[in-house]
Amino acid sequence: MNQRARILLSILGIVLVLLPAFAGNYAISVATLILYFAFVGQAWNVMMGFAGQLSLGHSLYVGVGAYVAAAMFVNLGIAPWAGIWVAILVCMAMGAAIGFLAFRFGISGVYFALLTIAFAEFTRIGFDHLQWTGGSGGLFLKVAQREQMDLFNFRGPPAMYYYSILALTAGALALCSWLLKSRAGYYWQAIREDEEAAQALGINTFRYKMIAVLISSAMTAVSGVFFAFYYNNLFPEQIFHISRSIEIILGPIIGGIGTLFGPILGAFVLTMLADGITEVLAHFGVEVPGIKQVFYGVVLLVVVMFLPHGIWPTLAKKIGVAK
Amino acid sequence: MPSIDLIANVVIAGLLTGLVYGLMALGLSVIFGVVRVVNFAHGEMMTIAMYCAVVLFGAFKLDPFLAVLPVAAVFFGFGYAMQAGLINPFITRPEHSQFMLLVAVAIIMVNVLLMIFGPSALNVQVDYQLESYEFGPILFDKARVLAAGMALATSAGLFAFFKYTNTGKAIRACADNNLGAKVVGLNVKHLYALTFGLGSACVAVAGCMMILLVDVVPTLGPGYTLLAFVIVIIGGLGSMPGALFGGILIGVSEAMAGLFFAPSAKSMFGFALLILVLLFRPQGLLGRKP
Repeated sequence: MNQRARILLSILGIVLVLLPAFAGNYAISVATLILYFAFVGQAWNVMMGFAGQLSLGHSLYVGVGAYVAAAMFVNLGIAPWAGIWVAILVCMAMGAAIGFLAFRFGISGVYFALLTIAFAEFTRIGFDHLQWTGGSGGLFLKVAQREQMDLFNFRGPPAMYYYSILALTAGALALCSWLLKSRAGYYWQAIREDEEAAQALGINTFRYKMIAVLISSAMTAVSGVFFAFYYNNLFPEQIFHISRSIEIILGPIIGGIGTLFGPILGAFVLTMLADGITEVLAHFGVEVPGIKQVFYGVVLLVVVMFLPHGIWPTLAKKIGVAK
Repeated sequence: MPSIDLIANVVIAGLLTGLVYGLMALGLSVIFGVVRVVNFAHGEMMTIAMYCAVVLFGAFKLDPFLAVLPVAAVFFGFGYAMQAGLINPFITRPEHSQFMLLVAVAIIMVNVLLMIFGPSALNVQVDYQLESYEFGPILFDKARVLAAGMALATSAGLFAFFKYTNTGKAIRACADNNLGAKVVGLNVKHLYALTFGLGSACVAVAGCMMILLVDVVPTLGPGYTLLAFVIVIIGGLGSMPGALFGGILIGVSEAMAGLFFAPSAKSMFGFALLILVLLFRPQGLLGRKP
């Protein structure tokens, strides 16, 4: 990281920390959403961007993480600070099972991607019929007291959620930048570029792919717990749906897959884009259902056609922070 | 425990619907087998075909069996153009890039349908939907039998095309050995576009038949995409008989799950089967070893 990059990152950090002081509740909720997608995008990027394993079923870990912590809180009265560890462990166990089966049986590429979808869909239908978590009718948390801050039960004003997800995103960025420079990080990149060559060099590809899956699933579980306590209601049809998985991966792909800032930039661009389209359409009084998503789809199409490596690599060169 | 007659009826209805599923999946399988791109907008194309049949029926009282011809022709052209203009430049890009492209296309398709037709369910109503053939205790819905027959006939036509025509053989050559196909002077990009057109035409026929059996809403698309994936993986990606066989298997298992468990759990069996097949026979039940 060069001098200019350090200065820009510090400015960004200061702006984000001070944001609640001058922004209204609406702006804070948009910023929370951006940071949420940045965090979960970072988690997905560990598996795909670093180690080259395409998961299209990350809604599985978001959903299971959310459901485990929320069900323990609602049904057993266990605070999320305890529940989150159970959520992480359960998600890591599921990731380990999927990774073990897939990698031991030599499933890769498109087939691996479809396997992850299958597990997510299978779990979605399972939760639809699991009465302990409310089945398809949904699981509801008591809505937070806006004024009181109850950090122990993770209930409080919007700024509390904002700072939590900001801390998580910053932590994820630090973790990923360390991982990328670690031994595992270099092994992952070798596996991503050419798995057979990596194996020939003596890298235990099975072990390092498993490590990527475990880290990614643990981080995604945390995002799920955040999601549950921020939105307060969970429906299997929504949280496990394949469109959630797609939402998670759009950010890193648009931002720049395998880069550290790609997921953050992508989350920012896509959330602002969706918001901007809503504003513009409202301004012109257009109220046709679906038109928003059509614009969104067209922009995705244009970006993926003309910026195959995402926005960040191009932008980094422009502002002079590229390596 | 439901009676044997009821089970037999349900199995036969599932089998007939499964053939229509199979034709839809055949389109996906042919495209993947040749172009090696997974069409993530497949189910969305299916719903567009269903809406086409609804519109033609509403405007001209055109029976879906006759609507098959114009809809398939338009889909063939559309598929050709989509491959030639949009997907060909992505052939050499990584999988996630192709995935993004087709997801963007799918998002646009679903929401254009939503803009035009709104969220409410549409269907066509023809006399023979109420008729059925009777063989002892077993009833065959006439619409279902005809739809399955059409799916079989279309599949047979496609098999024959790939087996006996020069163009079909050229397409198979591209799939078997891309470099070799180029060396002997085949226009690979044109053949890819042709394949995508044919796959789209399969979906068109399947969509026109499916509208006789179920109502259509814009949001059906992603579900059909997943269904088509499940079927072709189970049958074997790239294997044509495998797609039909997988379709029948899924059709019957859905029908049985609806009878013995909750109808909402029906696709769970498909996904469970998919996971088992991926683990123990990743090339699919009828697929060749890569």
